[in-house]
Amino acid sequence: MFRYILRRLLQMVLAFFGTTLIVYALMFAGQGDPIQALAGERPVTAAQRAYLTEKYHLDATGVGGFFYRYFDYVRSLLQGDLGQSLTGRQIGDILQAAWPVTLKLALIALAVAIIFGVTAGVIAGIRRASIFDNSTLVLTLLVLGIPTIVLAPLAQYFLGVKWQLFPPTAGSDPTFYALLLPGIVLGSLSLATALRLTRTSVAENLRADYVRTARSKGLVKRRIVTVHVLRNSLIPVVTFLGVELGNLMSGAIITEGVFNIPGVGFNLFRGIRTEDGPLVVGIVSVLVVVYLVSNLVVDVLYAVLDPRIRYE
Amino acid sequence: MTHSTVEPTPASATPDGGHLLELRDLHVEFRTNEGVARVINGVSYHLDAGETLAVLGESGSGKSVTAQAIMGILDTPPAFVRSGQILYRGQDLLTGSEEQRRQVRGKEIAMIFQDALSALNPVFPVGWQIGETLRQRAGMSRGDARRRAIELMDLVKIPGAAKRIGDYPHQFSGGMRQRVMIAMALALDPKVLIADEPTTALDVTVQAQIMDLLADLRRDLNMAMILITHDLGVVAGVADRIAVMYAGRIVEHADVRSLYKAPAHPYTKGLLESIPRMDVRGQELSTIKGLPPNLMRIPSGCPFHPRCPYVQQVCVDVVPHDLVLGDGRTSACHFAQEVRDDSAR
Repeated sequence: MFRYILRRLLQMVLAFFGTTLIVYALMFAGQGDPIQALAGERPVTAAQRAYLTEKYHLDATGVGGFFYRYFDYVRSLLQGDLGQSLTGRQIGDILQAAWPVTLKLALIALAVAIIFGVTAGVIAGIRRASIFDNSTLVLTLLVLGIPTIVLAPLAQYFLGVKWQLFPPTAGSDPTFYALLLPGIVLGSLSLATALRLTRTSVAENLRADYVRTARSKGLVKRRIVTVHVLRNSLIPVVTFLGVELGNLMSGAIITEGVFNIPGVGFNLFRGIRTEDGPLVVGIVSVLVVVYLVSNLVVDVLYAVLDPRIRYE
Repeated sequence: MTHSTVEPTPASATPDGGHLLELRDLHVEFRTNEGVARVINGVSYHLDAGETLAVLGESGSGKSVTAQAIMGILDTPPAFVRSGQILYRGQDLLTGSEEQRRQVRGKEIAMIFQDALSALNPVFPVGWQIGETLRQRAGMSRGDARRRAIELMDLVKIPGAAKRIGDYPHQFSGGMRQRVMIAMALALDPKVLIADEPTTALDVTVQAQIMDLLADLRRDLNMAMILITHDLGVVAGVADRIAVMYAGRIVEHADVRSLYKAPAHPYTKGLLESIPRMDVRGQELSTIKGLPPNLMRIPSGCPFHPRCPYVQQVCVDVVPHDLVLGDGRTSACHFAQEVRDDSAR
């Protein structure tokens, strides 16, 4: 197990450099004149241009120059310095402010998926082909079919504006209540997937041979379902939810955009829109790490949940 | 053998023959989207305390379904018990409540399955799984259940039981896993042990060890055993009586010695002749022609008639009743006498 984790960590280093390199290249390849982009509409004096060229090593051109700048960036990144955005703010500060909001949103979404998705999935799996099962199947299909870009504004309009059950937007430093509706919208997709996954898994495990054995031991049905079947059925579900938490932590661009939540996705989107190269690359680099770490945690968790899995 | 064996017609069966376990005219069908499959069509057999009954038949003959019906662990739907009785100590299990049936499972009648790897829960240690029966059914404490689980694992001769109690099923070899299954089935001292193809998934050498173990345990613990198998070789040394099943019916029923010496049903005869023999060389191995019947469309008359070398018009038209041949032997064949005399030659 230890060696497995070590190997995975080494793989993560490779993946980290690979992804940051690609994002860095894409973000700066598209720009015409980075100094003009930095300055915006204002004219740039020769002295300023010379200073900025020096600061960002823009005098080195071509592939060599690109890699020079990339490694310069990575060096400061490894020292914990994410650099400054084009607006002059420390990217580290931006993330520090944005992450707690995104994390809160992610946890709400995940809680929604677990409480409603897994519970309904278990019931649907036990009562396969019942009215409950069929209606959840149709509902989840509907949710999975509607893109968030449609679902989020719809929920905002009806629940937030028209019936005023929730605040329509969150704003800076949002409360739990303000994040509830966006959380439900964000979690609905995970909910639908978790429900279907749980349902299939429970239905499959109910037919497993070990259930027949448990019955022949004379156990009560309740125990067979809650101990034997659930313990096995939830292995893929927990794995899915773990990966999902990693996804949710990297921010939800659409949901945060629609509900005006100052989270990671919101900032990332703003960075892309304003061609703020350092901000985008900074955020994505951190997201890559979050994603890689959460995936590793899920894989290790998988081995803990299923004793048949052994990592060498 | 003092008891008369399977009665010619179930209706004339004695109200209480005093058997430990008795099946009377059991019918089970599977209702599927494609139609109704009649899997068990009037099976009657009995089991007395301390004896071993082998139920023999090929895949799909209904031997496992019969066992699951006794245990009350059929998957309903699709399986439904249509009619019949399953008497345990004179009590019809089929008319009892689900709770009463649950009490019988494991404690009175226990069962072990063919593939121990899938029959054991993969995510719990074996000791936990053996102990679960004790904790849940016998109200034992965690510690007592654990100690008893080690004893049971010793009983089924798992080396280093105390050390292996925390291991998971996949960490055991096939034979050891089947021993774990057996230990689990023995936890509540059942009076009847149903072994459903206990050695089919195992290597030949391990098969013999498991069969020996089962025979020893049956004797030491004074249980009765129903041994379900398709392997005639497995049966010979262990069973007292044999019931041969075909298409959901018992076609022949006899004590082991007379059945081996002179089978009285063409199907049994075919089975025995299809065993490879070391002492007969240079002869083509005889087989039973054709395939087992589709249970949704069981042939008219005797279900074996399309494959039978003795077939006559009467076999197509009339369902043969059990013919009593003396010594408690029965054979559901119109020409039982003839077949037996042929075999004896």
